[in-house]
Amino acid sequence: MIEFHLDARSGVAPYRQLIHQVRHALRLGLLREGDQLPKVKDVVAGLAINPNTVLKAYRELEYEGLAAARPGVGTFVTGTLDGGSLAAHGPLRRDLARWLARARRAGLDDESIEALFASTFRSASEEDIA
Amino acid sequence: MSAVIEAAGLGKRYRRKWALTDCTLSVPAGHVVGLVGPNGAGKTTLLSLAVGLLAPDAGTIEVLGGRPGAGPAQLARVGFLAQDAPVYAGLSVADHLKLGARLNPGWDAGLARARVDRLDLDLGQKAGTLSGGQRAQLALTLAVAKHPELLVLDEPVASLDPLARREFLQDLMEAVAEQELSVVLSSHLVADLERVCDYLIVLVASRVRVAGPVDELLAAHHLLSGPRRDPDTLPDGVEVISASHTDVQTTLLVRTSGPVLDPAWTMSEVGLEDLVLAYMSQAAGRRRRDNRHLEVRK
Repeated sequence: MIEFHLDARSGVAPYRQLIHQVRHALRLGLLREGDQLPKVKDVVAGLAINPNTVLKAYRELEYEGLAAARPGVGTFVTGTLDGGSLAAHGPLRRDLARWLARARRAGLDDESIEALFASTFRSASEEDIA
Repeated sequence: MSAVIEAAGLGKRYRRKWALTDCTLSVPAGHVVGLVGPNGAGKTTLLSLAVGLLAPDAGTIEVLGGRPGAGPAQLARVGFLAQDAPVYAGLSVADHLKLGARLNPGWDAGLARARVDRLDLDLGQKAGTLSGGQRAQLALTLAVAKHPELLVLDEPVASLDPLARREFLQDLMEAVAEQELSVVLSSHLVADLERVCDYLIVLVASRVRVAGPVDELLAAHHLLSGPRRDPDTLPDGVEVISASHTDVQTTLLVRTSGPVLDPAWTMSEVGLEDLVLAYMSQAAGRRRRDNRHLEVRK
């Protein structure tokens, strides 16, 4: 079971934050098919948010085919987002850690590393499209 | 779905001063409605009219399809928590539960008892010696245990510390999820409302400035910024709520149904707090301008 949190200053609508957290957990394999999502009542009592916000997030996840409601029981995960690539995460993570260590040795700070990653990511995606 | 509050041309006057004027509203059921506005805007007056503590001087108001306070049946359908959560200081927590059971036909003794246990309230303790947060929670227990269809709360968390405030709102939202009740609550703490409310009414200087589902309000309002220019040059259908200018730049908060296609403007989303403040300052600016006209006439 995952636990939701809200960032009030992010400016992102609360229901979008909930959806994002479920998708994130699916990508990282923290949630798998058949797992139950937190009960609406528990999310509401934990975060002090409107029940309709949680229902809206779960409805959207149902619409995306990622979850399904079982009346009287709760909402369960029915899809995955890891694309079967979860096994590759380990080696990729190790490569990335090595690369980060090299970047630090070269004197890059956090912000420079993020900027470099983002700009490389962007130009690589543009090449893919072209 | 039927409306929980339906008001048409509603007004209330204290001696010669109108505390609420020309209030026309239709609030659908199943929402947690936030009523925001500065102090003295008429929030308490509107809520008191909704629960039948006051009678209107103009227009009409219907709550859950009936006249507020019309009889025992109507009273049983609406729960009300007045400002500062009044309790009987000389009565114990147990006395309050007994009172609730005797006065309310739909009283849920199990729910009341479970809430009091969970809150760790001492049944024998006099209500006057409870902390502010505990007092608010006891008052909420009484209001929820009568199983109302609509719960009206006047500034329920204004006097509570941040922890008690969060706990109160958690409990309130849990009750909403369990009992499927509609809620109308007033507050000037927009940050709390942002989490809790999905419908908003902005009341300023005794008038309703804007009302609607939060999603729709956020989708219909935008922040425009661009080189300095006269807001009157904007296309039709774009209503300027607030405007600020520097010597080179103009920033506008506008309400519009469609996108503004002029490339001179950069369009961005607005948060709920900015939206509320824009409507409040719009009303304040109008009042200042009115006063200026008066001075000129003198």
